[in-house]
Amino acid sequence: MTDLTTRLAGLEFAGPVFTASGCAAAGRELAPYFDLASIGGVVTKSVMLAPRAGRATPRMAETPSGMLNSIGLQGPGIDTFLSTDLPWLAQRGVAAVVSIAGHSAEEYAALARRLRDAPGLAMIEVNISCPNVESRGRVFACSVDDAAAVVAAVRAEAEIPIFAKLSPDVTDLVSIARSCVAAGADGLSMINTLLGVAIDPRTLRPVLSAVTGGLSGPAIKPVALRCIWQVHAALPEVPILGMGGVRSGRDALEFLVAGASAVSVGTATFADPTAPARVQAELAAELTARGFATVSEVIGLAHLKEAPVREGGARAG
Amino acid sequence: MSGPFQVAAEVVGVRRVGAYVALILAAPSIAAEARPGHFVALSVGGPATSMVLRRCFSLAGWGNGAVTVLFSVLGHGTDWLASRQPGDLVEVGGPLGTPFALPSGPQTCVLVGGGTGAAPLIPLAVALTELGSEVRMLIGAARAEKLMAVEQARLVADSVTITTDDGSAGLRGWVSDALPGLLAGADAVYGCGPMRMLRSVAGLAAAVEVPSQVAVEEAMACGVGVCMTCVLPILGDDGRTRMLRACLEGPVFAGDRVRFDAVGTVPADAVGAS
Repeated sequence: MTDLTTRLAGLEFAGPVFTASGCAAAGRELAPYFDLASIGGVVTKSVMLAPRAGRATPRMAETPSGMLNSIGLQGPGIDTFLSTDLPWLAQRGVAAVVSIAGHSAEEYAALARRLRDAPGLAMIEVNISCPNVESRGRVFACSVDDAAAVVAAVRAEAEIPIFAKLSPDVTDLVSIARSCVAAGADGLSMINTLLGVAIDPRTLRPVLSAVTGGLSGPAIKPVALRCIWQVHAALPEVPILGMGGVRSGRDALEFLVAGASAVSVGTATFADPTAPARVQAELAAELTARGFATVSEVIGLAHLKEAPVREGGARAG
Repeated sequence: MSGPFQVAAEVVGVRRVGAYVALILAAPSIAAEARPGHFVALSVGGPATSMVLRRCFSLAGWGNGAVTVLFSVLGHGTDWLASRQPGDLVEVGGPLGTPFALPSGPQTCVLVGGGTGAAPLIPLAVALTELGSEVRMLIGAARAEKLMAVEQARLVADSVTITTDDGSAGLRGWVSDALPGLLAGADAVYGCGPMRMLRSVAGLAAAVEVPSQVAVEEAMACGVGVCMTCVLPILGDDGRTRMLRACLEGPVFAGDRVRFDAVGTVPADAVGAS
């Protein structure tokens, strides 16, 4: 049996599979389906300073091997999150990775400050795929400087590891990754959704009320693997939490060998609420079948010049 | 053990019922906890499918360890479900959602169903009848072949009124044309169907001060409360409007709490509206 204990930025987690932000609320709704403490942890839906009603419906469109969403970060705000959601996770021994989102570096800093003494909080994931009100709505994640400014602002307040969640909708992902790490990110989460549009052929109008939405699901898996590959090749010491279309243990294994240290399961949870636990169990079986004793042995393995695995799945060497 | 449950259910039966398909699945755990107004989420397309979301349907009935859903074939997902054979497995989650609140004793109840919305009213009628209630059912559809659950309604309800838009069966018109005539002496109104119909039903019930419960139809991605897709504006006890999930806080809401005028929008006075 492979030891699933997973280390990320100096912290130890029960396993290498996490929920993905925006796909598990704050965990509680998935409790009927699997033991939340059995997986690496719950990455919460991005929390903002104030309660937020989100966008008008329709907010969702199914697309080939994926879906678009334009939820608009609906959520209760940091006060309710701290009084209700986070204690619920802490009481159950669930590792919480809190995703934060804001419209200015100051808002992110304020959120990190509010989270400082929160019990049960393992890490912060900084969702930088939000429009920056101070630069005419440009998304932080699309600018080397804006991304770094947000990460630095959170770094200055946070006493726990922070992961910056990167958008694939950029020209030079590695430069953004470097700037986030230089600004103090302990690790990188990738990828966020890709921007897309769906048209209803009956009405000849956009399906989503917001017109554009974030594409997720298996459709974006090759993009996620490409991003992880490029960033791991450039920054091999930086831990990556990989996500983007993971729905099986084999998918998770592909992410690990591409360079991720752990994975988040997102859209697959919508079709199968047990998906995070199932993917972790399937990944364990894949690793065991190949004779790997630990998760860390496979991280980045696909980058080796020689084929690491013989045909038939047995481990070389 | 308490639900909801996620099971691989064997198909017990699949058959055409008028313009609809009835799918019967062996799911003892779900059947044991099902209540009128609950729904289930069915995976479609098999393990390597390009259809990544489940299809959610109200329960049209349950018993003997099986659950029944009724649906129209509208796309590849429902087509896949309609082409299942007995013995095939379908991934099912349920029972999901907040069901109808039942009265503690006998009442005079008016149940209004439009299109596929008539299906979940059958188990509701059964439950109300078991409580000694008088059940008046009103079922509407665009035309005769789109009527659903009429025969079962005749078996379980004290009266059944039919409307069709084109007059091909029952009264010509909408259920909202026939509803006022059924409200005399009514204690409660229950509705399930398209949002526009529910708006009329809730409005007509409120006009004669009869409480109503409506089961809304909203597009859902997950069905379990994690995706925040299926929200609609609902008035709270504190008089404030919140965007609530049809899959978790609903699909059944008090008719006077749904901001029908603002469905599809985020009203400016909603908590957290920007």
